[in-house]
Amino acid sequence: MEDMLFYDRMQFAFTITFHYLFPQLTMGLSLMIVYFKWKFLRTKIDKYNDAARFWMKIFALNFAMGVVTGIPMEFQFGTNWAKFSELTGGIIGQTLAMEGMFSFFLESSFLGLFLFGEKLLGQKLHFLTGFLVFLGSWASGYLIIATHSWMQYPVGYEILENGRFVLNNFGALFSNPWLMPAFLHNQMGSVITSSFVVAAVGAFYLLNNKHSEFGKLFVKTGVIFGLISSILVAFPTGDWMAKNVAEHQPVTFAAMEGIFETEEGGSEIILIGQPDVENKKLDNKIAVPNILSFLTYQSWDAEIKGLNEFDESVYPTNIPGLYYAYHIMVGLGTIFIALMLIASIQLFRKKLYKTKWILWILMLMLPFPYIANTTGWYTAELGRQPWLVYDLLRTADGISPTVSSGNTLFTLLGFIGLYLLLGLLFLMLAGKIINKGPETTKLN
Amino acid sequence: MELFWYIVLMTMLTIYVILDGYDFGAGIIHLFFAKTEKDKKAITNAIGPFWDANEVWLIAVGGVLFFAFPTLYASSFSGFYLPLIMILWLLIFRAIGLELRGQVQNKMWEAIWDKAFGIASLLLALFFGIALGNVVRGVNLGMVTDGVSAHEPHYFFLPLWNPTFSPQAEHLGIIDWFTLLLGVIGVVALAIHGANWIIFKTNSKLNAKLKKVVFNLNFVLLALVIISLLIWHIIEPKPFHNFIQYPWLWVFPIITFIGIFGLFKVKSFQKDGKGFLFSSLFLFGGLTSTVASIFPKMLPSTNTINPDLTIYNVAAHEYGLQVGVYWFVIAAVLVAAYMVIQYKVFKGKMDDVGYGEH
Repeated sequence: MEDMLFYDRMQFAFTITFHYLFPQLTMGLSLMIVYFKWKFLRTKIDKYNDAARFWMKIFALNFAMGVVTGIPMEFQFGTNWAKFSELTGGIIGQTLAMEGMFSFFLESSFLGLFLFGEKLLGQKLHFLTGFLVFLGSWASGYLIIATHSWMQYPVGYEILENGRFVLNNFGALFSNPWLMPAFLHNQMGSVITSSFVVAAVGAFYLLNNKHSEFGKLFVKTGVIFGLISSILVAFPTGDWMAKNVAEHQPVTFAAMEGIFETEEGGSEIILIGQPDVENKKLDNKIAVPNILSFLTYQSWDAEIKGLNEFDESVYPTNIPGLYYAYHIMVGLGTIFIALMLIASIQLFRKKLYKTKWILWILMLMLPFPYIANTTGWYTAELGRQPWLVYDLLRTADGISPTVSSGNTLFTLLGFIGLYLLLGLLFLMLAGKIINKGPETTKLN
Repeated sequence: MELFWYIVLMTMLTIYVILDGYDFGAGIIHLFFAKTEKDKKAITNAIGPFWDANEVWLIAVGGVLFFAFPTLYASSFSGFYLPLIMILWLLIFRAIGLELRGQVQNKMWEAIWDKAFGIASLLLALFFGIALGNVVRGVNLGMVTDGVSAHEPHYFFLPLWNPTFSPQAEHLGIIDWFTLLLGVIGVVALAIHGANWIIFKTNSKLNAKLKKVVFNLNFVLLALVIISLLIWHIIEPKPFHNFIQYPWLWVFPIITFIGIFGLFKVKSFQKDGKGFLFSSLFLFGGLTSTVASIFPKMLPSTNTINPDLTIYNVAAHEYGLQVGVYWFVIAAVLVAAYMVIQYKVFKGKMDDVGYGEH
């Protein structure tokens, strides 16, 4: 029984982690391609259209990876989490079915037109198809996060005698206080990934002395988008999220901040340290007094409940994991703001394209927004454990009753092998496209 | 409300089978009949801009099943665990076979992804046929042995096969000779369907040969369908009781046979789209006749202890089903509009679309 829960969780964690490497770029990059295309329509300068075309190639490859790894996500609710699906399908089935109907059809129908229809459609309609692809991908994010928000903060439901959750207020799914902060925070995270990717490719071209004109365009666009999104991801959206957690999931908040003791006169913010859950203390701590109270409640001495105030039965399952995930996300987020600020200043002084050390850092930062987005989601998901539906349905009660752990391990191993292959192919082909670089054409 | 969502679900499933069916069929044709680079290009051009949107119908079917019939979704997806996950893997190979082939100009690279695309398409057609067979045959709901249920009455689990491959064995498997027969029908029917799509959407030199292939395979299909009808009563003692009670349902089997017999004239069709129309009729009729014969059951029980899963005992709660109608109608209108746009832009022959030439 323990093994079953473990393998089911591992399989979901593995497949969703791998899957979300792709949509985060899809969502952010679609926005940036729409920007390039829009810029081309306004200025009629060919390089913007060439830039859009170049990123469309990466986008198409990335999108295909997102689609093929996304279908297993929808299936796994039924295959591995049958009890959860049976009990809550009447509610989360709504938002998941809406995702299929409203966003996947939009995305997939117009992606074909966007990729193969530039000649057939003309420039304005081609821009429109790109915009619709962007809209579809963001709508998909919105509906997934509506589903996620219901699991974090269930609303608009009643529970029948047989344990089933039934919907009694459709509108509540979308006015859920969890939804908007989580959606905006997540979308900004995704724009960060795409800006860093665009900037990194630009820096690679500049440092290599090839495609220099595109290198400059990519670095500039990436840095501007990167600065805006890095700031917005922290404030107001990240701040808003943290306050939500503090209000509705105080035990999760204490665990992710690493607060064991409730401190009178206000809580410190932990920058570094290793939680020792067995002895309920934090080792090697570096902290700043009173800041956490201020950030959370705008009052230096506000009380923040420590883990010791709560019963262990409601503790998040993996406190150190949750704590590290959260701290890695916040730490990287801070570094992103600092880097993009420095790069923006150099850009403003017209020195960025020659400041080699910043270009090197921009290029080597490429993996880190992926890590930040992933650890951000780990914070949300580990923070909800041991619950599937917060405070109402335990994860252990959601698994498929008839699927044996041996079968799940078999499919988990299969997914690991297959996704390893997909990952290698993606890196190889994306590298090939980037190495070849954008092609210049004359339209005007 | 349950009936409304049942009809929605079955309509969407039929659309999925007709649309992604031609992709699978094109894959099977690609595997066996595409010899030259030109043939292969013609086939991938014919499905390139569509396959992804077609696959979305599967996701949408899954979504509507999840939302409207959550108990059936939970029961069948966990019960058919292994084949479903394998379908996912095959869908991945089909997709990357199509999408990655053109990314590197190298004969060996192309050969690998051609085979991945073709073999995955073939196995998908086979698996979906087998899946239909399992639904018709039913499963041991509640996993009853010696009159005692081992699980809640709506849960079950099936291994891929049992040693006897018999649909009447006490411990059923997913693959037995009956479900395998439906799987083979699936492969043959979709191969015909895919060939018709290629004829419809391309000016390929392959087309003349494909017309012969359709003609010949159609005999095989007719024979297999007749055999399956003759042995149907082994699986379902009263296969026609719904048709006797509601005679208007005969319209579905009649459509099926119009589809098959229409295709025997494939060599004399003037319009290239005609063959595709008839194979679509066959798929539509075959699928609807099959589900009509077991209605209102969605997954029959093979034991006498636990009841069949019907549209009434697996559906979501009333309020959710009602509120879903509003957004669904809006979404359905939008989807129809997208499809009109998509097929208008890519109307006619597709030989010059340049799919895979990134």
